[in-house]
Amino acid sequence: MDFFRQVMVVAVKDLRAELRTKEAINGSLAFALVILLLFAFAFDPTGDTTREISGGLLWIVFAFAGTLILNRSFARELPNDCLDALIAAPISGAALFLGKAIANYVLLLAVELVSLPVFGIFYNVRWSQQFPELMLVLLLGTWALTVLGTMTSALTVNIRLREVMLPMLTYPVLVPALMGAMQLTMTLIAGAPINAENVMWLKMLVGFDLIYTAVSLVLVETVLVG
Amino acid sequence: MNAVAVDGVWKFYGDYPALRDIRLEAAPRACLALIGRNGAGKTTLLRILAGFSRPGRGEVRICGTAPRDTATRRRVGFIGHGISVYDELSAIENLTLFGRLYGLKDPKKAASEWLERTGLERVAGGLVREFSRGMRQRLAVARAFLHAPSVLLLDEPFTALDDRAIAVLQRLLREALAEGKTIVMSTHQLREALELATHVALLNRGSVAFSGERTAEMAADPGFLYARYGEG
Repeated sequence: MDFFRQVMVVAVKDLRAELRTKEAINGSLAFALVILLLFAFAFDPTGDTTREISGGLLWIVFAFAGTLILNRSFARELPNDCLDALIAAPISGAALFLGKAIANYVLLLAVELVSLPVFGIFYNVRWSQQFPELMLVLLLGTWALTVLGTMTSALTVNIRLREVMLPMLTYPVLVPALMGAMQLTMTLIAGAPINAENVMWLKMLVGFDLIYTAVSLVLVETVLVG
Repeated sequence: MNAVAVDGVWKFYGDYPALRDIRLEAAPRACLALIGRNGAGKTTLLRILAGFSRPGRGEVRICGTAPRDTATRRRVGFIGHGISVYDELSAIENLTLFGRLYGLKDPKKAASEWLERTGLERVAGGLVREFSRGMRQRLAVARAFLHAPSVLLLDEPFTALDDRAIAVLQRLLREALAEGKTIVMSTHQLREALELATHVALLNRGSVAFSGERTAEMAADPGFLYARYGEG
């Protein structure tokens, strides 16, 4: 019980700090909207090809915009040496990691939910026709990005080039989850159901989330303290 | 049982030994002042005691347990070079946050009490980013004392403090010693530190050059130890 209370204390602290400064969420949201707009100029929104690749474009935008939030996750602890105080506190590294991951997840989902209607307008797609299924893919794909990005944020927190290192370390490992999320999103936006042919991608997303969450919870103490 | 026991600790940064076979002890009610020039290894040793990094060799015990044990961390209060409080949160939010992380029964009450003890009760709801440097330092002191630790680890606690904050900290440290707590502090401000210290350890290039009780001679002439045992 103590573990989940500590997780929530860390998550609420991160969300409160972010909502006061709006440093990460403003940057991430602006970036997502600008990229969606630029891609809309680059491709013909009425073309069939554009609609076919729009799911992929959407996840590229989410992944790029997401790193702006994930980069701040542990970096926000650097001013005043706040990370020392968190490491010194009698909470496990896993509770600290999960609290931060939940805060990041909420912020990433907020950016994505604002971006979705904009995406629908710019790319002329009916994204809401299979809303529950799309939400499931969004929740699973976003958790994959969050858990991997939060771990990389912890790993790179003391590196001078962490803004560069985080995407360089996150994206290659994220490829299987991104592929699954892209395939499923393209299918759902096209109006097709999740069936026996593409359910494999859904299973892979779930597997990816479970494996990387477990690995991160086990390794984060070593990453933070050595 | 010693409150702090350091037994044959080495710490390497690459091939460079920042700490070499450190052996120190501090009993309850002892105040151990770690002195030495920049780069002597004081901060490295304190960070190992606080559990922020692990020694390359040797063993550290705080009240008989390892620094990273959850029970140990409940017993330790740490003040480092940074104030370790959040600029975006108010003073009361900061202390309540740490009260919750330390599992205090009534974090808000404890936070209010410590704001009062450090003279910050009038700015309890103010954001830390609007505080003066002295106020921020007093808040850092309140954070370190909030959970009633039995061992206090202080890294340069008097540096950059205003007169009022120095007086607050010295009063709190005297009270802590009277209550049977143990203090280990690194410092360059020898006069303030030697007023409080019961024991002194001089570090020289990662080794203990001197360790023993603080004498009247040291208190009268803070430069005495450096002159006698070298400085590295």
